[in-house]
Amino acid sequence: MDSAADVAARLGATGYLADDELATVLFLTMRMQRPLLLEGEPGTGKTALAEALAETLDLPLIRLQCYEGIDATQALYDWDFPRQILHLRALEAAGAEGTVEETEKSLYDERFLLSRPVLAALQQSPAVLLIDEVDRADDEFEAFLLEVLSTWQVTIPELGTVSAATPPYVVLTSNRTRELHDALKRRCLYHWIDHPGLDREVAILRSRAPEVAETLARQVVGVVQQLRDRDDLLKPPGVAETLDWARALNHLGTTQLDLATAAATLGALVKYREDADRVKQALDRMLTS
Amino acid sequence: MSAITFDPLPLLVGFTRALKAAGVPVTPDRAHGFVEATAIVGLDDQQATYWAGRATLCSGPDDLTRYDQVFEAWFDPRGELPRRRETGLPMPQAPALPSVDEAEGDADGEFDGDVLRAAATTTDVLRHRDVASLDAGERQRLAAMFATLRPTAPLRRTARHERWHRGRLDASRTLRDSLRRMGEPGELAWRRRRVRPRRVVLLVDVSGSMSAYADALLRLAHRYVAAQPRVEVFTLGTRLTHVTRALRHRDADRALVAAGDAVPDWSGGTRLGETMRVFLDRWGQRGMARGSVVVVFSDGWERGDATLLGEQMARLHRIAHHVVWVNPHRGKAGYEPLQQGIAAALPHVDDFVAGHSLAAFEELVEVVGRA
Repeated sequence: MDSAADVAARLGATGYLADDELATVLFLTMRMQRPLLLEGEPGTGKTALAEALAETLDLPLIRLQCYEGIDATQALYDWDFPRQILHLRALEAAGAEGTVEETEKSLYDERFLLSRPVLAALQQSPAVLLIDEVDRADDEFEAFLLEVLSTWQVTIPELGTVSAATPPYVVLTSNRTRELHDALKRRCLYHWIDHPGLDREVAILRSRAPEVAETLARQVVGVVQQLRDRDDLLKPPGVAETLDWARALNHLGTTQLDLATAAATLGALVKYREDADRVKQALDRMLTS
Repeated sequence: MSAITFDPLPLLVGFTRALKAAGVPVTPDRAHGFVEATAIVGLDDQQATYWAGRATLCSGPDDLTRYDQVFEAWFDPRGELPRRRETGLPMPQAPALPSVDEAEGDADGEFDGDVLRAAATTTDVLRHRDVASLDAGERQRLAAMFATLRPTAPLRRTARHERWHRGRLDASRTLRDSLRRMGEPGELAWRRRRVRPRRVVLLVDVSGSMSAYADALLRLAHRYVAAQPRVEVFTLGTRLTHVTRALRHRDADRALVAAGDAVPDWSGGTRLGETMRVFLDRWGQRGMARGSVVVVFSDGWERGDATLLGEQMARLHRIAHHVVWVNPHRGKAGYEPLQQGIAAALPHVDDFVAGHSLAAFEELVEVVGRA
């Protein structure tokens, strides 16, 4: 891929519509071989971008979901201890002869190595590594990521160093439940994903859910966009919710949005009772205008 | 061969300097990344340069407005660049941080770091303003900013243990695991002491002298109730009212209305000592205050004799884990704790903090979280 427009076109072919801004940043990510840090409201397509990127480049997507208390053995590698012991017993039973060194060496073989996502990405690289919701992990884990992301290698004392010939494409996502450490941010290209505008969202909806009729798609997106402009919702709907709602309406055979079906399918769009009350009140006005 | 060569480096590096002056934390390696990125996308494409700079120099939604303003002033003082972001559109709202201000900086071509900084930080100013001095519009904006408060519960270690990937050896679990493998040794199991959140009890004075702060304090209480499972809220006035259930509404405005309905003595007088005694007799001593962090929001105006308040505070201090007194007037210059009530209560208080602005509330949240 040799230009941002090219990136956008090829992503578009997989059904992910990237604007100029995102395409430029992705293009830079690939050229500069730096990780991409994506932040934005939930449901704006951060994870979907990594999936689309993997599909576009025809590379495996390796996903590491972060959570509180995650540590290196869950992200890098682990030795399969029970199997190693079993192997030892098997050697004993078979009465195999060999020196201590040989036996030990056979224990630390690659087949007893459990590759966790980061190591797997380095081994399989080129690949797309998605480190999802990195804000959920704790500081120590961030420091550890920092090391891997800058050197692209992992040292396993018993086996040696595993390094990637070509660094994997790394996408980190964060929901900003806490501020990431600046050192990690400095290694990455930063991009804030915003909710899309009306036309773009209609295009996204049409490309992701082609079964939904054009008029319905426009109406659905119109309502969602108006809802996002209100500042009194606890959780404004994201693009993922728009898609869900449009699909739900489509399943009911709706071609024209009306109050009754809209109210009945509201559960796909808003997830809080307080929001549902407000939206129900507002729908009437929105649908008549 | 062209006679004139143009070296873009000073222009680009100068831009990173200007950005730094406007308050975006630009480090040399970031600046280097920016120059590298512009070389890749091509400097002739101003749009691409814009996005390249945003990706390499910014690190959060707070930086984006400043970046937009400086970019415009530096590369395009006459405003001929097609607008990238419609003005007036709200900037991305960060869930965890105060929202970036929508106020437009003056883009009259003269670059002035201070002006830009000032434009971007009126939310900061609002954070430090005394809540009582705000007008209706500012109050509303501040109310939205309460969502950025993240109350954390103080923790206590319990007697129980839980499995963890480091800590002390969990001998019995290791043994059990090993028995499952017919006595073959296996991985060691580790454990740590479990922690649980302490209960936080908020006592909010809603008497007349505190009425200017009552709204903000109840909003703070609402944040606590929403964020933490073990929080109890009472209002103090001429009587004691339990408002935790009213504040359980997820929506702050509804919760406040519900609390307003529940409280009969809004903006009335104070009988601090008496209500404190009622709290301790009916709730506190029976368990609610035991081992908890108790936060009293009051200016300490006691109508009658303050000895009773002193006695009750001493009693509270004996059963609670930590007592915090929050006085909005504490944040004002020249304040001295001279009111009878405060003077009587202070010896029995672990922390005495201000509570007059959002910034002060943030400090309070930290004090309570550490208690």
